[in-house]
Amino acid sequence: MNLQRIASSTSSRRLFSSTISRAVVVGRSSSSSLPFESIFGASTTPTINLNHNRYYNPFEQSSSSSPTNRTQRGQYTTHAQLPEEHQMIYDMCRKFADEELAPNAGKWDKEHSFPKDAVSQLAGLGLMGINVSSEHGGSELDALAYAIAMEEISRGCASVGVIMSAHNSLYLYPIDEFGTEEQKERFIKPFATCTGDGVDRTGVGMNIGCFGLSEPGNGSDAGAATTTATLSEDGSEWIINGTKAWITNAYESSAAIVFATTDKHMKHKGISAFIVPMDAPGFSLGAKEDKLGIRASSTSNLIMDSVRIPSNNLLGVEGEGFKIAMKTLDGGRIGVAGQALGIASASIDCAVHYALERNAFGKPIAELQSIQNKISKMVLARDAARLLTWRAATMKDEGSKYTREAAMAKLAASEAATMCAHQAIQVLAGMGYVTEMPAERHYRDARITEIYEGTSEIQHLVIAADVFKEYRG
Amino acid sequence: MKILVGVKRVVDYAVRVRVNPKTKLVELKNVKMSLNPFCEIAVEEAVRLKENKAANVSEVIALSIGPKQCQETLRTALAMGCDRGIHVKTDRRADYVELQSDAVAKLFQKVLEKEEGGEGSGVGGAVDLVLMGKQAIDSDSGQTGPMLAGYLGWPQAAFAAKVELGEGGGLLVERETDEGTETVKINALPAIVTCDLRLNEPRYATLPNIMKAKKKKFDVYEADEMGVDLEPKNKVLEVFEPQPRKEGITVDSVDDLLNKLRNEAGAIP
Repeated sequence: MNLQRIASSTSSRRLFSSTISRAVVVGRSSSSSLPFESIFGASTTPTINLNHNRYYNPFEQSSSSSPTNRTQRGQYTTHAQLPEEHQMIYDMCRKFADEELAPNAGKWDKEHSFPKDAVSQLAGLGLMGINVSSEHGGSELDALAYAIAMEEISRGCASVGVIMSAHNSLYLYPIDEFGTEEQKERFIKPFATCTGDGVDRTGVGMNIGCFGLSEPGNGSDAGAATTTATLSEDGSEWIINGTKAWITNAYESSAAIVFATTDKHMKHKGISAFIVPMDAPGFSLGAKEDKLGIRASSTSNLIMDSVRIPSNNLLGVEGEGFKIAMKTLDGGRIGVAGQALGIASASIDCAVHYALERNAFGKPIAELQSIQNKISKMVLARDAARLLTWRAATMKDEGSKYTREAAMAKLAASEAATMCAHQAIQVLAGMGYVTEMPAERHYRDARITEIYEGTSEIQHLVIAADVFKEYRG
Repeated sequence: MKILVGVKRVVDYAVRVRVNPKTKLVELKNVKMSLNPFCEIAVEEAVRLKENKAANVSEVIALSIGPKQCQETLRTALAMGCDRGIHVKTDRRADYVELQSDAVAKLFQKVLEKEEGGEGSGVGGAVDLVLMGKQAIDSDSGQTGPMLAGYLGWPQAAFAAKVELGEGGGLLVERETDEGTETVKINALPAIVTCDLRLNEPRYATLPNIMKAKKKKFDVYEADEMGVDLEPKNKVLEVFEPQPRKEGITVDSVDDLLNKLRNEAGAIP
């Protein structure tokens, strides 16, 4: 084929950018010299921009990452590739989950009781301030370490996982990222180690935090917040009115991040974030929800009836609330993905152990193809979700924009969790349906992962919006 | 007080070991290895002594003998609270096949000499207390501690279930024996104590300690260059799995049981 002809033809230049030109030279001998247009059709066909142009260059890292935090590492894909400290964190969390969480998870679920001692131990190990800097009492670890820790802890008990996740990514992160030094001193330091005198409703006294975004009238539609915050006349206090719904850790929390509308006319740009101590006057809790799963963690409404907080409890800038919420949820999705992976892993462990022991038709059911197909599907879904989760965490650590990747991780992991838990019950058959085996608890625990921190439907929207942004250029 | 803790890298206790049919030894390839549980108890005891102001501990050193992966074992000990690690490198199998308690005890002795001579990178001076697990779960020999005490001429207390500081600088150790608990008074340090299961419950490494462990130092020595004859004194001929237990049967009556015991098992004349 005569390359000169291709280069000079204007229609072909639109059709084939330089990056794709290599695909053009395909098996045509130089003797046949048909005109270009007759081979590929006239330019009435829609032109496809094959110059795959992400809104940032795929080979260049985000400009927001400074040369110092730009890591040389690529993506870790197996546990064996992880750096030493991540392996040690994995080992420690796994051991803790096996010895302290898994044996008690069934009891906590049955009694709907907050596992105070276990959470206290978690705090002592540094897991309740995992990403916070050491000067504020945290463990100063990265998002990958967080994802790994979340998976191993949730594998032991999913309720403890959500308690840890809500506290770390939904409460500590926004204050760490957007708060003033004074706010960090008051609202991060005691909370990173869960020490000091917590002012929670149940007297747990551990300085745990919660996140109030959803309301009875809007969950996915976060921009339609009806909770309001008005500045008092002398400007010294904010007065908050409204109700938040589905708040994890509500009963054990000493402080909450609450999102309220400060300027109704600005719509979602008129929402601001506030740090509200649980003992603020006018603050009360609704009844504890009776949930299907993650029963050891408390969920209830936050009811704010002219709650007064000092004006310097505003988090970030007025009107920045929606942005704070979205950024917080990006990181939170990595945590929930970790939790879902833990539930999936626990389901797989349960199913595989059972399949190797249970006999039917004269041999262990593990030798039956139906069971093999199920196990294979479960592990495939879990491993794929884990790679997506580690990818999102690595991108967050590198300082790259990771909204799409976090949404994909959460979507994949939550669907893997429900599928694995469902199939685990199937593998256990009758035993999967009774409380003697943990499979039924994993089934109930898994379900929420497709709902909170952005329903699967919202994750799809987030991913699609980002993909279209990339193509539109 | 300066403490040296022996930490051995062994096959993880939860692993179902298999015998390699060609080598007739335990298959170690791709098998999960971890810190010997009794050594972990020894590390915990050392760290508790360090936290006890009355013991006045200047440094806790963890010592491991084996391949380069022993550094992971040492990091775990450092994350639990040891100050420094010493790695004596050797590729010999430490599960009694190529490296045995006698050689290990002599290597320990050499390390102690190096520390006394100021060769170690940490706090100078001689070691006052050597702690180690009562036995390793791969070789189960339980000889290293007593052998080391013999070579050094130091007092020893094995199978410790409780360790207390004695008056006048010694130790009071409760030992677990088959006949009950025995209390041994060590009049003065230096001494060797080997640790049994009931001594303590080892702590989980906290995240801040895991991060701190990264910065702690290692001294690395080559086992072949320590002037010790490492050749095993006993030869392992073969390792094999025990015969699988035959399934039992249930009987319907006492008469049936007696019949079977008398006529089939030959257990009653």
